[in-house]
Amino acid sequence: MLSLYVPGHSVVHRAPAGVKLGLLAALGVGLFLTERPAVVGGALVVALAVGLGAARLPWRALAAQVRPVWLWLAVLFVFHLLVTDLRTGTVAVLRLLALLVAAAVVTATTRVTALVAVVEWLASPLRVFGVRPARIGLVIAMTLRFIPLVAERAARIREAQAARGADRLRWGMAVPLLVQVLRMAATVGEALDARGADDAPARRPRRRPAVAS
Amino acid sequence: MRWRRRPEADAETPAVALGSGIELRDVGHDYGDRTVLADVSLTLTERRVGVIGANGSGKSTFARLLNGLVVPTSGTVLVDGLDTRTQARAVRRRVGFVFQDPDAQIVHPTVAEDLAFGPHNQGVPAEEIERRVEEMLDRYGLAGHRDHPAHLLSGGQKQLLAIAGVLAMRPQRIVFDEPTTLLDLANTRRVARVIEELEQDVVVVTHHLDLLAGFDRVLVVEDGRVAADGAPGETVPWYVARMD
Repeated sequence: MLSLYVPGHSVVHRAPAGVKLGLLAALGVGLFLTERPAVVGGALVVALAVGLGAARLPWRALAAQVRPVWLWLAVLFVFHLLVTDLRTGTVAVLRLLALLVAAAVVTATTRVTALVAVVEWLASPLRVFGVRPARIGLVIAMTLRFIPLVAERAARIREAQAARGADRLRWGMAVPLLVQVLRMAATVGEALDARGADDAPARRPRRRPAVAS
Repeated sequence: MRWRRRPEADAETPAVALGSGIELRDVGHDYGDRTVLADVSLTLTERRVGVIGANGSGKSTFARLLNGLVVPTSGTVLVDGLDTRTQARAVRRRVGFVFQDPDAQIVHPTVAEDLAFGPHNQGVPAEEIERRVEEMLDRYGLAGHRDHPAHLLSGGQKQLLAIAGVLAMRPQRIVFDEPTTLLDLANTRRVARVIEELEQDVVVVTHHLDLLAGFDRVLVVEDGRVAADGAPGETVPWYVARMD
């Protein structure tokens, strides 16, 4: 999600984020209600068709999402071959692949803003308990924004340690990283103030929010 | 991208005009036992004001006082008659702030989303937000990066995005806290041109003295006090001589 959005104007890109997330959730539930290889395999084919055909995503965008879990899928398949049977193993792997591809299609065709808006809408009933959904959305967006930044700072500290002879990864880097992150957090807090984040209203919105991508 | 309007928030800056400019009256500020600013009294009405001084002299605290990010321990800061202590939100709508490190200022994952953040908080209608985002993307050469992750931009592009994010809020004044410190020469010059072309009144805290050419007024902050105040032709050479 950090940089998975692939800009486009396809019907999948234009579909409301809430609908896409709803369909993804339904697919997730549905795939675990069936044990038929044809149905699960069909779901994978449909997910690929939507991604590569309707959304016109480059195959690399989807492959990049599947690549990190290839090994796990292979291990799962072998495990089932040893413990259960070929059919169960095939269904298990196809099921996860179908979900993975479908999730990749959703994240590649939906802006973070739209996904966050859905989360805010889902959290809106919590207002009665004093929760501000806009804050939840902002926290999610900021988490996505700052993960790579913290990783970058950690890499710099590792480089600085290596430059002074500490070749191995040491836990000692946690302290300077924590100090840097806390310092940055103070400035980010100021930036949020300066950019009006605290102007968020306490009152309930008058209409249901738009959640289209 | 669609941004929901926050109907409760005012889209316009409050129509309060009790005075004009930024006025500091006997302002002092302490961090615990340490006094970082003391007895500062002045009024800023010029279009372009520079602030220079050594590290730790109190420049950044001075800058933060101007838009209410820091409230003075003693004395009063008034922006167009609005007290930063009691009317901080209204003040921050009038005075934008650009930080030294753009990474700390950019809070959304992608370029366009971050540009929309400030106006969204101000309750600007979605169509107007979209218009401002497009305008800023075009003006600062970021149109090709609309949906790109902000962390993949170059340092110069990040600083331009930070400035554009503030401008999208349509402030009347902008305070820059060392906006070029982390930039190379080419990007420093680019940011300098951007500041020069701004319609808004600007206050620029900087170590890059070249940035102050053509400014109307330059303050030299030294040990928490304004040690010199005048035209750049007078104050900058005085400051340079002090550093020798």
